[in-house]
Amino acid sequence: MFRTLMVRLVQKKALLFSGAIILIMSILVLLAPVLAPHDPNIIDIEHKLQAPSWDFPLGTDHLGRCILSRLIFGTRVSLGTAFLVMGVTMIISIFIGTYAGYRGGRIDYLFMRICDVLLAFPSLFLALALIGILGPGPLNLFLAMVLVQWVFYARIIRGMVLSVKEQNYILAAKVSGTPGPMIVIRHIFPVILSQVAVLFFMDIGGIILTISGLSFLGLGIQPPTAEWGAMINDSKQFFRSHPSLMMYPGLMILTIVMAFNLFGDTLRDALDVRQD
Amino acid sequence: MIWFIVKRLSMLIPILFGISLLTFLLIRLAPGDPAEAYLRLSHIPPTNQAIQEMNVKLGLDKPLIVQYVDWLGKVVRLDFGNSYVSKQPVWDELMLYFPATLQLTITAVILTVCISVPIGIFSALYKDSMFDHLSRILSFVGASMPTFWLGFLFMYFFSIKLDLLPVVGRGSLAHLVLPSLTLAFAYISTYTRLLRTSMLENLHQPFVFYARVRGLQERVIIGRHVLKMALLPVVTAFGMTIGNMLTGAFIVESIFAWPGLGRFFVSALSHRDYPVVQSCILLMGGIFVVCNLLVDIGYGLLDPRIRWKGER
Repeated sequence: MFRTLMVRLVQKKALLFSGAIILIMSILVLLAPVLAPHDPNIIDIEHKLQAPSWDFPLGTDHLGRCILSRLIFGTRVSLGTAFLVMGVTMIISIFIGTYAGYRGGRIDYLFMRICDVLLAFPSLFLALALIGILGPGPLNLFLAMVLVQWVFYARIIRGMVLSVKEQNYILAAKVSGTPGPMIVIRHIFPVILSQVAVLFFMDIGGIILTISGLSFLGLGIQPPTAEWGAMINDSKQFFRSHPSLMMYPGLMILTIVMAFNLFGDTLRDALDVRQD
Repeated sequence: MIWFIVKRLSMLIPILFGISLLTFLLIRLAPGDPAEAYLRLSHIPPTNQAIQEMNVKLGLDKPLIVQYVDWLGKVVRLDFGNSYVSKQPVWDELMLYFPATLQLTITAVILTVCISVPIGIFSALYKDSMFDHLSRILSFVGASMPTFWLGFLFMYFFSIKLDLLPVVGRGSLAHLVLPSLTLAFAYISTYTRLLRTSMLENLHQPFVFYARVRGLQERVIIGRHVLKMALLPVVTAFGMTIGNMLTGAFIVESIFAWPGLGRFFVSALSHRDYPVVQSCILLMGGIFVVCNLLVDIGYGLLDPRIRWKGER
């Protein structure tokens, strides 16, 4: 009894801690123009590569742009893109996964064959290939990520729907003449929603890593937009003389990914969702 | 066992077919015209007439289905066409870059096994000890680490500050240390966690209790019985990991200027060198599928229940 209580408490602490970091980051996203001391894109070659000062709390980069401001605006880009990618992916996956799982039959068969082929590719590589073929840029980054990710989640959601479908209360609903779409919306969605939420938070960290990785290679978010991965790419040439340029964006990525991973893990344990 | 392998192999055929179809269609998504890309890369002005002649020469004027069958027929004979950039056969180029990536991956796999297995076992055996807490925190951080940043951190501390290892490139064994460690880092974290959890689950199984009752030595119980069971999920995940490492090495390769397939692929993408792009995707898909197949078979060897399941 005491032990489970302790576990709960630790979980709660972890949830609070990671939640607080996510909250702070969200505030940065919303209030970026207010909080940032400078415009993140103003180039001032005369003040390039400066050490931290009152005016530039974290110094300036190779074009004299304020690093702190770029980090703050970068939060917006990184989190915004990640949430957009994951959100759209999830909506598509819920729709297709539920349809395939609930209806079964030929559509389901077709869906599973598409899964076989798309999941035969490693997802990071397929995203790279797609974005390379479509051409670099934020829109293509978004398209490539969604096109690659949706199969994976749709298949998981299909599995969830399949297991819920066999429950007695669904049978009861069917027998009492509830129409199919109504059963899905009223009786199946509420059950799988918590599991989907856990999936969302467990994997969003990975999405942030992929987006910043592709932007680092110059394929995702394009300069001069402030994005953490692209900032690391920018500072590559100066990392012998000014290693701090590279430290800040990396630390930001690490912090936010850790926060989301911790949040997702504890959320999963708290809701007792099993991962297959 | 032979039937099990034959069955798995026959499942491979439709998937490989699907991969080839997807690869072929993917290239058609590209904006712009392959003939134009070819002409630009050959420094020939892309006039309308030149483009049309090129289309005929590359067989792009035929219907899509004929193009696909032609292409597939050649691919089966390992003829991937010639690179638009170097004009060399693509297959030769792939084989030039592939060993470097393979070397990197194999080293990373060895590192992952040698580091994560002992740590995972000790973490589970001495649960809630100082060592366990430390390894859990480290593996948690490791799993959240951006690879490209980690690569630069390693480079900064080991090559520039301490001057112990070469910065970039391929050559001696010392060149291999940082890239492979960077590639392995996230996987070491994942596997340490996975093995710890799986060990803990198996440590409380009845068969462990029974082995203790039989008076077996603790070392034998852990080494022979618990570890064997605990390794099952690890082996399953490993097939994916080897495939992911081989195909995901492009970030590490581009940081450390490692002359591997991933870097070659990224540069082919930026040049719009379609035959190379197509062949790389096909090759990577093929490798990934074969890795998963090998794991399936390995799994069947480890756990008889799986290979018997379908036979009755």
